[in-house]
Formats: sequence, C-alpha cells, structure tokens
Amino acid sequence: MDSNWLIENARLIDPSSGMDRVGRLLIVGGRFAGVDSSDGDLPTQLSRIDARGLIAAPGLVDLGTEFGEPGREEDETIQTGTHAALAGGYTSVALSTNTLPPIDSAASVEFIHQKGARADNCRVYALGCVSKERKGESLAEIGSLVEAGAVALYDGPNPIENTGLLRRALEYCSMFDRVVFDHPEIASLSRGGVMHEGMEQLVLGMSPMPAEAEDLATSRDIRLVEATGGRLHLTSISTAGSAELCRRAKSRGIHFTVGCYTANFHMTDEMLRSFDCNCKVNPPLRSREHVEAIVEALSDGTIDIISSGHKPSSLEKKMVEIDTAPFGMIALETALSQVITYLIRPGVLNWHQAMAKMSLNPARLLGLPGGTLEIGKPADLVLIDPDRTWKVDADNLNSKSYNTPLDGVELYGVATHSFVQGRLRFEAAVR
Amino acid sequence: MTSESTLTVPPPRSLLLPKIPTHWANKHLLGLEHLSANEISLILDFAEALHAVTNHGRTKLDLLKGRTVANLFFENSTRTRNSFSLAAKRLGADTVEFSSSGSSVAKGETFIDTAKTIEAMLVDAMVVRHSSPGTPHMLAKHLQCSVINAGDGPHEHPTQGLLDILTIRQHRGSLAGLTVALVGDIAHSRTARSNIWGLLKLGAKVIVCGPATLVSKNWEKLGVEVAYDLDKILPRCDVLNLLRIQFERQAIRPFPSVHEYMLLYAMNKERIQRSKPDILIMAPGPINRGVELTPEVADGPHSVILEQVTNGIAIRMATLWLLLGSNTAHQAQQHSS
Repeated sequence: MDSNWLIENARLIDPSSGMDRVGRLLIVGGRFAGVDSSDGDLPTQLSRIDARGLIAAPGLVDLGTEFGEPGREEDETIQTGTHAALAGGYTSVALSTNTLPPIDSAASVEFIHQKGARADNCRVYALGCVSKERKGESLAEIGSLVEAGAVALYDGPNPIENTGLLRRALEYCSMFDRVVFDHPEIASLSRGGVMHEGMEQLVLGMSPMPAEAEDLATSRDIRLVEATGGRLHLTSISTAGSAELCRRAKSRGIHFTVGCYTANFHMTDEMLRSFDCNCKVNPPLRSREHVEAIVEALSDGTIDIISSGHKPSSLEKKMVEIDTAPFGMIALETALSQVITYLIRPGVLNWHQAMAKMSLNPARLLGLPGGTLEIGKPADLVLIDPDRTWKVDADNLNSKSYNTPLDGVELYGVATHSFVQGRLRFEAAVR
Repeated sequence: MTSESTLTVPPPRSLLLPKIPTHWANKHLLGLEHLSANEISLILDFAEALHAVTNHGRTKLDLLKGRTVANLFFENSTRTRNSFSLAAKRLGADTVEFSSSGSSVAKGETFIDTAKTIEAMLVDAMVVRHSSPGTPHMLAKHLQCSVINAGDGPHEHPTQGLLDILTIRQHRGSLAGLTVALVGDIAHSRTARSNIWGLLKLGAKVIVCGPATLVSKNWEKLGVEVAYDLDKILPRCDVLNLLRIQFERQAIRPFPSVHEYMLLYAMNKERIQRSKPDILIMAPGPINRGVELTPEVADGPHSVILEQVTNGIAIRMATLWLLLGSNTAHQAQQHSS
C-alpha cells in the first residue's frame, strides 16, 4: 500500500510536542515528513485524506495485551487480536506472557515476533516472563529473553506474589535496563475472590477481593523500587489506597510508572448485580469511591498509562457459573471510546493528556517507536472521529471473543483510520 | 361404573383458594431482596391457604395437573429437593429430578446446557440449586420457563427465608416489632440473606450474631444490628435462627475450633434459661447437634425446627402455584410454538 499521505484539515494532537491545531500532515516513505508543507514540497505519488472534523494523533500503544496465542487460540490469535487492535486505534501492542506455554524462552519470544510479522497488522512486541514457566518461583532466563527482543518482563495476569522474587527481578532487570511489570495484588488476601469486597459483595454473597490486597502489594512494590533502584510498572491500579500510595511515592521522587485498565475508571461493582461473567475482571470493578479516586489519579497525573486490559475468553469459558468463570474482558476496540466518553468528554483529561497516557507514555517507557507526530519518526497514526457515537455490539467486533460487559452500550468516538509506518492498515466503514 | 368414576373425581377443594391477584406479575422467584412486603405476605397467605386446602398436605390437588417441575440440583440436598418435589406432587404436577455435584466445568457440560436440555423436556418451572451465586439468575435469562432459586451459593435461598418467616408469623401473628437474631456463619449463609430481606420488609428488627470473621460490620449500613456476644443480645430476642456452620464453604477456618464456637454461640439449656420465656428456636437444617444447639434445645419446647420443615412444603406449593397458576394460557402457547 502507498505510504505517502497528506492528511488535510485534521486537528493535529501531538502529546510529545504539545501541538494542538488544525493543519495538514504529510507522510512520506512511512515517516512523518512535515506539517503544513507547501504544495511544492509534496511528492508526486500521494494519497490525500480530507480529515475535516477528525483528530490526528499518534497511534495508540497497549501494554500487557493478552491474546492467548500460543495455546489458547480459541480466545484470540495474534492475527485476530492485532486486527482488533487496529480497529481500536492501536498501532502497537506488547503482549502478555499468559500463553501456553508461557513466554519464558528466547524461542517463544521469536514465535511472537514471527506471528506478529505474519499477521502484518500492528506492531507486535513480546513481554517475557519474570519467572520460569510463569510460576512465580525462580527467575526466568531474563538475559536471553531480552536478547531475543522481550521489551519488558511480566508474569501477567498473575501478581508477583513472592516478595523475594520481585526484589531479585528488579535488581536483575536493571542490568538490562528493562522494566518489571507487576499486577499489584496480595493473592493470599483475594484468592478465590470474584468481586470487590464491599456492600454489593456483601449482598450478593460472592467471595471477596478486598481493596487492601491491592494496597499492600502497591506499598510493597514501591518500597522495593526505592530499595533497589529497579524499574517498575504497576500495570493496573484500581483502589483509592493504591492511588494515594503512588501519589505520595512519586512526590517523594521515587521513579516508577502507574497504569490502569479502562474498566476501572468508569465501571463499578454494582454491575456484578447482573451476574454477567463478563463483569468478572481483575482488578475487580470497585465501588464508586474507588472509581472516583482512580479518575482523580488520572487527572492529577499519578496514573501515567491507560492500558486496555484486553483479556479475551471464548464464549464457552464465560458461559459458566461466575465462581469458575475466568477473569477478563476484551477492550482493544472500546478502550479509546471509553476514554473519550468517560474521561475526555466529562473534562477529566484533555486530549493531550489522554493521548499521552495511551501512546506517548507507554512508548517511552519501553523505548518503542510511536507516541509522536515528530518529523522523521515512523508514521504510526490514528485518525479519530471524536463525536461519532456507536453502540457496542459484541457480535460485530473484530476480536475473536465476545466477552465485554459493554455490549449494547452507546459510546463516543471512533478510530476511523489506523496507519502503521505510513501504511493504512485499517479504515472504519463509513457510518 | 358410574359410582366409581364419581369417586375418583377430586373434591373441588381448589375452589377454596383465593384468586391470584392481578398485580402479582413475577415469573421467577430468585430472591427476597427485590420482592415487596406485599408480595412476601401474599406468598405466606397462599402457603397457609394451600396448607388448609390440602388438609395439611394429606390431600393431593390437581391444580398443576399436566405441568412439569424440574429439580436441578448442582449441589447436594435432600430436604430442599424432597420438599420441592412433594410440593409439586401435592399440586398434581409431574417432576423431573436432576442432581449432580461438582461444577459444570468438571463434567464437561456447562450448567446452562444442562438446564436447556432439561427445559427441552418441556418443563414449566425449574428449581435450581447451585454453589455459585447468581446461577438461577443466569438461567432465568437463558430459559423460557419459570426459575425458582433453591439456594445459590451464599447469596439467597428465598423459600427458606419465607418458610422461616411463615413459622414466626404462625406463632406471633405478625413480624412487626419482633427481634429476630440470626446466629452463626452469616458470611456464607444464603438463609441469612433471604431472612434479612424478608424480615426487614415485614418490620422485624434483625440482629446478626456470630464470630467477627463471619459477620461483617457492613450489615449495619443495611439497618441490621451486628453483635458478637450472643449472651448480651439474648434477653432481647423473640426468635433465634441458628444457622449451620458451613464448613464446606469456608476455604480457611474462620474460628479457632468447634469447641470454642460452641462455648460462644451454641444454644444450650443455660442460655434458654436466660432467654425470653416464649423465645422461638429455629434452625434451617441440617443441624449439627452439639455445635449450633444442644439436643435439649433442638428437641425442647421452644424448638419449632420441624414446623419449619412442614411449612417448607406449604411455601413451595404457594411459590409453584403463584408462578405457574396465573399464566396457564401463556404456558400452553409456549409449548405449542
């Protein structure tokens, strides 16, 4: 496909430079080539898009995305998952290690790269396991994983329960300048749990996942970063306590990054009243005061990164009793709209802040291309119609799975075009 | 010949039953949380009426003749299953029994598929018990027939709540102003939850009492008194409902020993002496003799435990009749389509 483009009349939003104005964006040879270039500078072979009313922003970057290939292809393959990613405006995904077998060897990293290349949709990066077989016992061969191209280390979706292991991982990974991802949860407090512990849980009689299970892990993780000087990314905070701990630690100058999943800034535990297994996610949907605290932490910058939390489960796996259903929801195709609907439109985040959390910050954290419209950089770009509304229809999403609690919900904002390295890889159907 | 056939015609006892009021519009009985006080009272009234009409269960009716009630039990149960089964039979319905322990995942068939299979045998109501909360609610979404919750994990057990309340009402006339204590493992008890909703709606004062690891302080936010010391609340109680310790639901033992539990919460002769003289002692059963209550109390003059069992059948007859009796035309249409 042609990789020379002229995007005209778009509102250009670049979180890396602070640019926010209407202009025309030139892409030549797969790279950003100019803003408002004069006609004389345009190459002869050029495709034009009139993007009046659309926003042009760096393609979104997702961290810890789960697809299930290898081993759980019934949930999602790299092919279907990356297609879903493009449809949601994502141009890069860094895949979780929650596969069978887990990504704990150079060969498995290589497998992810090959499958990603073969799918030829968005950019695909591999995360490597922190521990051998993702068992949380002893360190995986992190040096080999990094050598093979693992961009960070993650035992997702499991927390790193063993405190000694986490400490060693932070120390060991600092040799390779790699980030350790942790999902903060003290499993001994939440094991067997189905939903957030609180009034709703009390009434519904489901097994509890108390907020302090997360708070304690967050506190432990921060203390270990301080002690080791290692690099840590908390993938998914969801409690008021975690948010406050992170805020205070950052104000004391401790360096780490904080993420949250799209589910946790607008959905509450009241949704479990439907007994819909798609509402069973981890971190669990919390009560309103926690959700409000997460929104505040997004607004004041405590939370650096918004991840989709995409975790597909095939239909039959969610058609079971809620106690035994797996955690997770698909979110790649709704994440941008969730951010627009529940954060940008209500004025919690402006476009710059939102795009920074969804592209610039995750790209910078891992040193990946993307997150910018800077001239000379690879043209990973998304065009967004911010005002178009659409109704989520789980049957019509590109993901192989259907497990979204947002089925039937009306959202604002659609990714209309996704470019990877200047190639148009996805274009939404006209309304 | 003619005289014989007249003899087999059942007496028109069902004519003595009140009509199902038009404002009763429930298709399922999933819990008491979302029923109104009027709806709860209506079920109790019908239970008593059916009790009377069946001569306390000694006569069979043909109210639900030709209808089928399926018992779908994914968790062990003898009393509730038999109670529902007898209730259906005393109303003239046919019954289908399905029981299986263990989760559907282990069996290889999802419980929804199991239920759909049973429903395809043309059943009108499905009585469901499962260890996971919300299972009957999920089935209500997937099935056409009526669904009755016979206990979903620690969530609700509406017919148990109703039969407990009916037993109290029979002894005291009204629930309003009575103090009812639910004692024991509140955290894992569906009986407790259904009782709490029903009792609060009918104007009783509810106390939950048990070890702090099994009794959340949060109940106070719902208008329930929380107590840890049984001896302190005992003199105020009109009714004690002694819940079974659900050893099988407790992943981690929430108190040091059965011995210590007995010391703190077992209802024994000494505690009876310090209670109101007319205190009612209830237990949803099965009872652990010597744990929640001693044999003297279980078999003593204050115990209404066996009345609860009898009332259970009346409540379940009322439930089946109220859910199936008002929409005969609708059901017939559904089966022919």
